[in-house]
Amino acid sequence: MATNISTRPRSNPYAPNWGSKIIKALTNFVPTLVAIVVFLLIWQLLCSGPNATLPGPIQVLQDTWDPLIIDPFFQGDGTDQGLFWQLAASLKRVAIGYFLAAIVGIALGILVGVSTIMFRALDPIFQVLRTIPPLAWLPISLAAMRDAQPAAIFVIFITAIWPIIINTGVGVQNIPQDYNNVAKVLQLSKPKYFVKVLLPATVPYIFTGLKIAIGLSWLAIVAAEMLTGGVGIGFFIWDAYNSGAISEVILAILYVGLVGLLLDKLITFIGKLVLPED
Amino acid sequence: MQTLSNINVQLNDAPLDQDAFLVIDNVSKVYPTPSGPHVVLDGVNLSVREGEFVCIIGHSGCGKSTLLDMVSGFRQPTEGQVRLQSEPIVKPGPDRMVVFQNYSLLPWFTAFENIYLGIDSVWPDKPKAEKEAIARDHLALVGLAEAADKKPKQLSGGMKQRVCIARALALRPQVLILDEPFGALDPITREELQEELLKIWTEHQVTVLMITHDIDEALLLADRLVMMTNGPAAKVGEILEISFPRPRNRSRVMESPLYYELRNYALDFLYRRCAHDDVE
Ligand SMILES: Nc1ncnc2c1ncn2[C@@H]1O[C@H](COP(=O)(O)OP(=O)(O)OP(=O)(O)O)[C@@H](O)[C@H]1O
Ligand SMILES: [Mg+2]
Repeated sequence: MATNISTRPRSNPYAPNWGSKIIKALTNFVPTLVAIVVFLLIWQLLCSGPNATLPGPIQVLQDTWDPLIIDPFFQGDGTDQGLFWQLAASLKRVAIGYFLAAIVGIALGILVGVSTIMFRALDPIFQVLRTIPPLAWLPISLAAMRDAQPAAIFVIFITAIWPIIINTGVGVQNIPQDYNNVAKVLQLSKPKYFVKVLLPATVPYIFTGLKIAIGLSWLAIVAAEMLTGGVGIGFFIWDAYNSGAISEVILAILYVGLVGLLLDKLITFIGKLVLPED
Repeated sequence: MQTLSNINVQLNDAPLDQDAFLVIDNVSKVYPTPSGPHVVLDGVNLSVREGEFVCIIGHSGCGKSTLLDMVSGFRQPTEGQVRLQSEPIVKPGPDRMVVFQNYSLLPWFTAFENIYLGIDSVWPDKPKAEKEAIARDHLALVGLAEAADKKPKQLSGGMKQRVCIARALALRPQVLILDEPFGALDPITREELQEELLKIWTEHQVTVLMITHDIDEALLLADRLVMMTNGPAAKVGEILEISFPRPRNRSRVMESPLYYELRNYALDFLYRRCAHDDVE
C-alpha cells in the first residue's frame, strides 16, 4: 500500500479537501449533539422523582413508540389518524392560507409602497390590525364562515398577511433613488419599470416578510386547530392532553417544532433560488 | 472676453447667447427649508455650443449637482429656464444621458443587460439583433467586450463607471452629463478613464457637461471651465477658456506654459477669491 501512496500526484492545495470538510462538519455538529444529550439528561433527572407530573424522555419514547412513532401513516376513523396525516392536514391549511396571504400581501405591499396616498390611507389601518393576536380573529372568522375549516384558513391568512404587506411596502419605498433616476432618464415604460427595476429590488424584502409570515402561520395553526377541532396536529395535542396522554403531547410538540424548522428552511431555500448570489 | 496675459476669461456680466445649443438662462433654485427659503443658485447664466466639452468646478455644496439636475430634468428651476435647442427642459429623457455620481448599474443585470435595457426602452421597434449589436459595440468602445456577462458586483469601480458611460453613449444623447464620474476612483484608474473619455468625446463629438473637483482633469478635457462662486446664492463666477490644441494628450498639455498659468488662475479663484471662510 505504501508504494501506492508514493506514486500518487501531490494533492492540489486549492482543491476541496474532504478530510478537513468532514472535520469542519463534525466540529459544527458535536456541540449541538452534546447540548441535546445534556438537555435530555436534565429532563430525565427532573422527571424521574416519584412526584414528577411530566414523563421523562425515556418514558415518552416507551409510551409513543407503538403505534405513534412506528406507524405515522395509520388511517383510522374520524380524527384517529397517524401523525403524518395530522401534520399533513395542518400543513394543507397553512399552505392555502399562506399562499393567499402571499398573493394579496405582495400586491397590497407594492400598492402601498408605490403610492403615497395609499400609504397614508392604509398604513395606519395595517399598523393597528397587525397587532391583533391571531386567535382574536377566530370568533369573527367562525361567525362569518360558519365552518371550522375555512375559519382556520382565514386565521392563517390574516396572521401571515401583515409582515408580507409591511416588508414589501418598505422594500418598494427603499428602492435606491439611483435606480429610479436611471428608470426616469431611460424613460422606462411602467411595465418595464415594474419587471426590471421594482420587482428585483424588492424581492429580498418580500422574502423577509414571507419568512416571518411562515413562522407566524405555523404558530397560529396549532392554536387555531385546538379550538376548531378536526384532523390536525393542534387538535391532536389538545385531544391527547384531555385523555391524559402527556407523552403523546410531547411527541407532537417535537414534531411541530421540527416541521416549523423545515418550513423556515424551505422559504429560505426558495429565497436563495430566486435571489442567486448575495 | 477679457485678456489677462494669454488667459481668456469670460466674466459673469457677459451677455448670454440666447440661441446657443444649450442655454441656462438666468436660473435660480430656492429650496424651502424649516428655517426659511434657502437660495442655492441665484441667476446662473451659461450657454454651451454643440459638441463642446464644459467642466464645472466649485466648492462642495455650492449647487453644481443642483444645476446639472436642472439640465437633466430631475429638478425644475425656481426661476429662469434651461433650453436645449430652444426647447425648455421639463423632464428627464434619453437625449440628456447622465452618468451618476454613484454607480447606478442595476445589480441584478449583467453589464450587457444594463446597456441593453436603455437601448430597448429608447428604440423598442428596432430589431433585437441590431439592439444587441449596439450594446456590444458600446461595451467594446469602453474596452469591456470581455466583461459583457459579468454582474456589477464582479466589476471594479473603474469598470462600472465605464459601463455607465457606455450605457449613456449607446443612446446617442445630445448632451452627456457627468457628475464627478471619477471621484471615487484611484488616481491611476482615474487617469485611464479621463484619457478614454477624451478619446470617446473626440470620436463622438457629443456635448459634455461634467462636474469635477479636479482642476487637472478639467484642464485636460474641457474647452471651457466654469468656476462657480460659493453658496448660498451661488452663480457662475468666471469661465476660463482652455485653448490647448486638440487632439490633446496629458504630457503635451502639462508641458505647455499656459497649463500653469491656467492652473494658478483657477486655484487663485477657488482658494483665494472664493475661499471657504464659513464652516461647511
Ligand atoms: N432637496 C433639497 N432640499 C433642500 N436643500 C437641498 C436639496 N438638495 C440640495 N440641497 C442643498 O443645496 C445645496 C447644493 O447642493 P448640491 O448637491 O447641488 O451641491 P454640489 O455643488 O453638487 O456639492 P458636492 O460637490 O458636494 O456634490 C446644498 O447646500 C444642499 O444642502
Ligand atoms: Mg454634487
